[in-house]
Amino acid sequence: MSDDDLEALALLHDPVRRSLYEAVAAGGGDLGRAEAAEIAGVSRTLAGHHLDKLVEAGLLESAFRQQDKKGPGSGRPAKIYRRAGRDRSVSLPPRDYVALASVLAEVVDALGAEELAEKTAREAGERLGRGRHEPVEAVLRERGYEPYAEGGTLRMRNCPFHVLSHEQPLLVCSMNLALCQGLLEGLGDDPGRAALDPRPGECCVALSKTNED
Amino acid sequence: MHLAQLNVAHLRAPIDSPELAEFVAALEPLNTVADEYPGFVWRMKESEEDPTATISHEYGDYLLITFSVWESLESLWDYAYRSAHLGMLRRRKEWFQRMAEPYIVLWWIPEGYIPSLAEGWERLERLRAVGPSPEAFTFKDSYDSSEAAHLPAAAEATK
Repeated sequence: MSDDDLEALALLHDPVRRSLYEAVAAGGGDLGRAEAAEIAGVSRTLAGHHLDKLVEAGLLESAFRQQDKKGPGSGRPAKIYRRAGRDRSVSLPPRDYVALASVLAEVVDALGAEELAEKTAREAGERLGRGRHEPVEAVLRERGYEPYAEGGTLRMRNCPFHVLSHEQPLLVCSMNLALCQGLLEGLGDDPGRAALDPRPGECCVALSKTNED
Repeated sequence: MHLAQLNVAHLRAPIDSPELAEFVAALEPLNTVADEYPGFVWRMKESEEDPTATISHEYGDYLLITFSVWESLESLWDYAYRSAHLGMLRRRKEWFQRMAEPYIVLWWIPEGYIPSLAEGWERLERLRAVGPSPEAFTFKDSYDSSEAAHLPAAAEATK
């Protein structure tokens, strides 16, 4: 655990900062100060102050975007915010499961054991869903996938396995798909709803609508 | 600088065999995704007319080569793993043999320079012989373009 991570996360103790952070994260892209202020229900000045604190701590990133609209003040680029790509984690006592998972992923790759890994991931997903009576969206949200509806599809903004999916994309994305299929199965839902539909910066899995919808 | 990429795959059967038919059929849509992908610069084509024609070469039978240039490591990575290409990669065992040696090599080139296939092959051999270096690396052990800017090959190409 680094002191930086702890300090950055401690900033979110403040409810205004927390709601601003969540507003930016939920936007999935760039959010302006005014929009963030409105969602958090605070003044623009206060929002700007706290957003910049979050940027300073590395939880958000900021940039300037040329405004499209004409009229007074249109010449000035607007400051926009997005969630920083870097992971922040605090564990007490210190734990490091990513380092071990990374080694294990390499072992799977070296053994060519992708199929077994996918089968095991599917079983793990099934166990996660078994006995629960919530819609899959709620379970995915709880697991950090940040699901959102887009047209007839349930997409997921966040990859909970981000670091590993960059090291071993093929293995990890395949395992993630299997995990989501198993989860649907465990919930008594249709595993066929989950399919790979990768996009930059998001989870590689998307869920189609159920037939009943 | 731009990023060059050479990839080799050992086919399980001749390219015109029924076993490879689905792969060959997927080539055109997949190449279209690549050609239109943000950051795509160039790829070697065997034929302007036949989108299913694969690069002919002298490096061995049953060896499929793809060779391309991208604006950045991120753009190539996103195409490889965050586009429809990922689904094809998942099916690789149906069409290609497992390779123990590195089968993809990356290296930085000056913008506007198009490397030859022979250069690409040399880079791959270098990677296989000495492991990743700024002259020839992989996604997993990648190097920043600034680390390659002063290499002799880059200087040669800008002359």
